[in-house]
Amino acid sequence: MLHTVNKSPFERNTLKTCLAHAKPGSAVLLIEDGVYAALSGTAHSDMVTQAMAQVSVYALGPDLDARGVANRVLNGIKVVDYAGFVDLAIEHPATQSWL
Amino acid sequence: MSDAGGVVKKFMFVNRKAPYGTVYALESLEVVLISAAFDQDVSLAFLDDGVYELTKGQSTKGLEMKNFSPTYRALEGYDIEKLYVARESLEERGLSEDDLLVDVQVVSCAEMADLMAEQDVVLSF
Repeated sequence: MLHTVNKSPFERNTLKTCLAHAKPGSAVLLIEDGVYAALSGTAHSDMVTQAMAQVSVYALGPDLDARGVANRVLNGIKVVDYAGFVDLAIEHPATQSWL
Repeated sequence: MSDAGGVVKKFMFVNRKAPYGTVYALESLEVVLISAAFDQDVSLAFLDDGVYELTKGQSTKGLEMKNFSPTYRALEGYDIEKLYVARESLEERGLSEDDLLVDVQVVSCAEMADLMAEQDVVLSF
């Protein structure tokens, strides 16, 4: 399963709920305001780092660039472009969009 | 009082949303610029994800959306110089004043509360 999260972890509990339901081996792609969860040194960095032991975490590059935070991404998070987003959607049998 | 006899009120715009994910940040900026045209006493407060509106290095080419962050630097030209940023909000995001694209005053929650209490009008975005 590919999970996408588009809400800031500071504003909504979307990511927390997503991670609680993401099975080991699934992928989580952070998009739009969700990319703020991909950053180091924040109050949510530890939660995401711990999740990476079980799931693959990706962040959408254009959304990081727009927000001026591309240089703060946590080690272990793979940054993808729109084509990479499409590849992830193809690789996984289903996509769940957490809103 | 202006020449037209208008009353000058203290307006504070409270910004609590990240840019681009929703339209709030841009809408706030539009109203701030309008208020400047009416010669009001304008303050901007940035709390919670609102502090992300001011991060340096924003580049929206990949999104095909307008990068409105340079506009914050133009506010000075409209005599809008009271920009207050919540210290706690910066800290929980691992940000410092150096990461912001404009000069701001970083304030505590208690100081922000005092600033809010002295306004005539508070508009929330």
